Amino acid sequence: MPLHLAVALDGAGWHPAAWREPDARPTELFTAGYWVDQVREAEAGLLDFVTIEDAVGLQTSGFGPPDDRVDEVRGRLDAVLIAARVAPLTRHVGLVPTATVTHTEPFHLSKAIATLDYVSTGRAGVRVQVSARAHEAAHFGRRTIPPFDGDVEAFRDLFDEAADYVEVLRRLWDSWEDDAEIRDAATGRFVDREKLHYIDFEGRFFSVKGPSITPRPPQGQPLVTALAHATIPYRLGARSADVVYVTPTDAESARAIIDEIRAEQEAAGRASEPLHVFGDLVVFLGDDAAERKARLDERAEFTSDAHVFTGTPAGLADLLLDWQRAGLTGFRLRPGSVPTDLTAITRGLVPELQRRDAFRTQYEAGTLRGRLGLARPANRYAKAAS
Amino acid sequence: MTKQVHLAAHFPGVNNTTVWSDPAGGSHIEFSSFVHLAQTAERAKFDFFFLAEGLRLREQGGQIYDLDVVGRPDTFTVLAALAAVTDRLGLTGTINSTFNEPYEVARQFASLDHLSAGRAGWNVVTSWDAFTGENFRRGGFLPESARYSRAREFLSTAAELFDSWRGDEIVADKSSGVFLGNPAAGAFRHRGEQFDISGRFNVPRSPQGRPVILQAGDSDEGREFAAATADAIFSRHGTLEAGQAFYADVKGRLAKYGRRHDQLVVLPAATFVLGDTDADAQEKAAVVRRQQVSGATAIKFAEQLWNRDLSGYDPDGPLPDVDPIVGESTISKGRASVRMNRDPIAVANQWRALAAEKNLSMREVIIEVTGRQNFIGSAATIAEQINTLVQADASDGFILVPHITPGGLDEFADTVVPLLQERGVFRTEYEGTTLREHLGLGFSR
Repeated sequence: MPLHLAVALDGAGWHPAAWREPDARPTELFTAGYWVDQVREAEAGLLDFVTIEDAVGLQTSGFGPPDDRVDEVRGRLDAVLIAARVAPLTRHVGLVPTATVTHTEPFHLSKAIATLDYVSTGRAGVRVQVSARAHEAAHFGRRTIPPFDGDVEAFRDLFDEAADYVEVLRRLWDSWEDDAEIRDAATGRFVDREKLHYIDFEGRFFSVKGPSITPRPPQGQPLVTALAHATIPYRLGARSADVVYVTPTDAESARAIIDEIRAEQEAAGRASEPLHVFGDLVVFLGDDAAERKARLDERAEFTSDAHVFTGTPAGLADLLLDWQRAGLTGFRLRPGSVPTDLTAITRGLVPELQRRDAFRTQYEAGTLRGRLGLARPANRYAKAAS
Repeated sequence: MTKQVHLAAHFPGVNNTTVWSDPAGGSHIEFSSFVHLAQTAERAKFDFFFLAEGLRLREQGGQIYDLDVVGRPDTFTVLAALAAVTDRLGLTGTINSTFNEPYEVARQFASLDHLSAGRAGWNVVTSWDAFTGENFRRGGFLPESARYSRAREFLSTAAELFDSWRGDEIVADKSSGVFLGNPAAGAFRHRGEQFDISGRFNVPRSPQGRPVILQAGDSDEGREFAAATADAIFSRHGTLEAGQAFYADVKGRLAKYGRRHDQLVVLPAATFVLGDTDADAQEKAAVVRRQQVSGATAIKFAEQLWNRDLSGYDPDGPLPDVDPIVGESTISKGRASVRMNRDPIAVANQWRALAAEKNLSMREVIIEVTGRQNFIGSAATIAEQINTLVQADASDGFILVPHITPGGLDEFADTVVPLLQERGVFRTEYEGTTLREHLGLGFSR
């Protein structure tokens, strides 16, 4: 079983003090070159894809409103645009930007990700993210979201809305059949309009007519991914995604989470469809990893939703293969600090996994979906027509 | 004083200007086509690349309009990707202020400006039709009368967001541990009729401060809006007299907003047909016109005036003998400017008179009355025409609309641009790095 590896890019790395490391480039976080370098490094390490974190609000230390801290990275660029900016300068690695679905238009995001698929020739995906944060809602002023009091049930609607949103993305991607453009000079028709489809989506939260203004993207359906920590988000992933990122603490918890997701998948009628479940881990790698992490922890408190691994690439390889046996199909690694932990993944962990025949030694040509063993899906509307 | 000419490249759009049936016509969606046009424009030292947008596929007679190019990319995504394959060329696109929110658009433009090192430009448009609104969560909620008030407030709100960072906040001093020089960086609060928003904007100030603002309004209200807020205005007035009148009009509106004459760049859109000689170009132009107006296209254009189904008519025969249906246009949807004819019967009679006088078929009439080829001639002739119009204050330059994708600008870049450079009216190298500098606008207002 090949192991799939993605890396999650965010600012100077996932530790809040990462920007202060000697080799960090904090003044370059808002330049294209910084992101190009990281994604090229991921590509040099033959990784499946990169994700790029994003949010429609300023970073905060906790789950509350923006604070007035000045000792952590604040500010970020739009992840979809970062992905587009690096696409022409890379060839193989998948590009999976984060997009908030709670406050945005599915019509816009569908064409943005379709276009990312065009500019990257079949390497696009998206990580759909629900925003349950009151202050982010205030940036749009269209709805009010109450401050989080620990009750996740309050967010059930937001996740149902996200599922509708992904349904609209997927219908819009199929709203053009692959061969809709005919350029028939004899009749003067550029397209065969029988192959363009209204999606006529009407849900509890919004309706969208279609078709897309953008033709069907190269992959047919770009990769849809979601991060989930609990039942309601697991359900979204099982209903809507191609890849779910989860946060187990050991092999046993990984098994339990996977069981729950597979049950949700069945309940959603998707049992026969491939669905990847990736484990998320924050990693501090190298012989001096514990020392480095201690130094970072002295400078800023680090709390993580995902398991934190501190150790050697060989030790991490052991853990990944153990968790893989529990049923995870891949991992999304969050480098504690960049570039150190990113290059430790690409130049330390990857060769280690290759030695164990657990990771690819070269990219095969093809799409991101293909790399993950996902077929190019038939167009739902073409099927209906035939 | 001799003026410098400004030139921009419009990626051909979804109307009948674009001749997709020509053997040289390539893809309108593959990224390679965008790269080709952008790199051609940069090779020729153009000011900027421009991409239009429409947020719903056009329809006529209740069916998707299939005679012109259909399908286009997402504006922001293509522009960000083009930033990777160009170095100096401005990257501008249309973004609608009705079907977007200021916070998101400000984030996207500020991000694009960072990722392109200061080359972002925004053509602000406002729609109001429920037809396009059917693709969006909030629908087509805007009465036509409110479109400029929304656009104005959208733009001023976005400006507040761009200005919520001064530009000196990212300290990132590793030793002291101070990343942010101001704990309230990005704080904003806007309370208005259209928007009531507050919080912290999360993109630090970008190289240009704000993207260059472009507009294309032609109505009195549109011109006023541009005079108040735009850095550049597109126009439809590319001829000497009409161009001069428009130019004088919009430049004359600047003073009351405390703006200088050179703070609004006037750029008519222009098509061109190049030939080895003027006569050769005229011949080519006639061929292009026939390619642009097929028989099927002629019927559709006539339907837009007649406001009724004309599919039973022969485009190579005479104009319809029935009269147009007067009233609300019901036939065409999703066009920026459905040819609004206040008196369609009078126009139809003018067309009939023209047909009788010159013995023209319906298709030939449409070719005659809808044609708009600004520059037809040899490279020398076109260079002369462009420079004459700019020096005569009919414009500050042109947005060129090639009729072939993606190679339609190649010959212009190779033959006309060098002649303008020889005259000393067009740059031979980029002097600045930002779009604002190319347009001679100085730093952000």
